[in-house]
Amino acid sequence: MKEQKVLSVSAIQNGTVIDHIPAENLFKVISILNLENLSENKMTFGTNFISKRLGLKAIIKISDKFFEDIEIDKIALVAPHAKLNIIRDYTVVEKRKVSVPERIVAIAKCMNPKCVTNHQQVTTKFTVIDNNSKVDLKCNYCEKITDQEHLEII
Amino acid sequence: MKNKSLISIDDYTRDDYLEILRVAAEFEKKPVQNILEGVVVATLFFEPSTRTRLSFESAVSRLGGKIIGFTDAASSSVKKGESLKDTILTVSNYSDLIVMRHPLEGSARYASEVATVPVINAGDGANQHPTQCLLDLYSIQQTQGTLENLKISIVGDLKYGRTVHSLLMAMSNFNPTFNFIAPDELKVPEEYKRFLDLKNIKYEEHVDLAENILDSDIVYMTRVQRERFADPLEYEKVKNVYILNNEMLNGTKDNMKILHPLPRVNEIDEDVDENEKAYYFPQALNGVFTRQAIMTKILGLK
Ligand SMILES: [Zn+2]
Repeated sequence: MKEQKVLSVSAIQNGTVIDHIPAENLFKVISILNLENLSENKMTFGTNFISKRLGLKAIIKISDKFFEDIEIDKIALVAPHAKLNIIRDYTVVEKRKVSVPERIVAIAKCMNPKCVTNHQQVTTKFTVIDNNSKVDLKCNYCEKITDQEHLEII
Repeated sequence: MKNKSLISIDDYTRDDYLEILRVAAEFEKKPVQNILEGVVVATLFFEPSTRTRLSFESAVSRLGGKIIGFTDAASSSVKKGESLKDTILTVSNYSDLIVMRHPLEGSARYASEVATVPVINAGDGANQHPTQCLLDLYSIQQTQGTLENLKISIVGDLKYGRTVHSLLMAMSNFNPTFNFIAPDELKVPEEYKRFLDLKNIKYEEHVDLAENILDSDIVYMTRVQRERFADPLEYEKVKNVYILNNEMLNGTKDNMKILHPLPRVNEIDEDVDENEKAYYFPQALNGVFTRQAIMTKILGLK
């Protein structure tokens, strides 16, 4: 089946299109970027499009919103191959990839039930370990690995 | 090392290990000194571990230092619901150094971020116990004259045993050959094997004990613990497989020494105790010298 081009990137005047989000993680991306609290911006969410690379992918389009790198890199945890198209006046003026940050602070939960971060008020900190293009997080406290399948966003 | 907490064995470098061992050897020659006069060490044991606590307290007492603290959480303010942070901040005011044991993993790292004095991790759950590892290194050096190029057999629970993982990481600085002897259920985790591969460290994996210790310089025994097994039948199958007895020592190398972090249950037969290759009791004594070295280095007194 050919990739569907239903949501063409030129459909918004100004804003950001985030493409190549794994379909199963669309709602995590929405939550990490805190999109539910953007009451002024028009948004379109599309999901379950066929992608050669991801199987099923999702797309987010947000009008009049431009992200800082530090903001957008947070989604690398759940959408490491995501691509951003920055749209101005119906034209893609810039394409950006997300890059996985070296350290993750206060976003993810450690999967180790005996970890101090799950019992005391400790801000979680992880060092990112690249494991064959999957993202593994090594807890700076208990030193255990939280892998992508067990990743829980706080 | 001065003023730096010791939480994880990889907080120290190869040179740090060697420096600790050098100072530990000095204390072995002269274990009673007044070098910690006027120093207060807090020993905070949120779970009981008599052996480790006594070793630390003996180390401090023999150097003229004072000890404050508690021996289990039930008798402390923790029971009243005080946060770890508050306990550590309070104790920081009363002491020059905190030695802490806690059942939660990562608690020692967190304590070291909160504390205004250095923290030594005396065990955080199943995670780290670096002073045990350093006393193991000291015992290996004292019995072999070196840490370099040794053949080290590690026996028992290689999956969950934190002493095993720390030993493996620390010794990998000294070009060892490892011989892992464990039942299938308790083999060394993949992540550690990857680490050894990356460092080009040779290792073999075996299931049988007796025939695989003949060329070892060190045989490091550990306990196979019942609670590690989801299926009690699996435990019954392997629990008596790794019992070292005196007869198995026939044909082993003359310089070979048997180590064990203690306490043992039945994994070393008592008939081994009389054999000169048994080193687990002197190993425990080495813990005092090693902890004296660690504390005086951190306090900048050595
Ligand atoms: Zn953790």
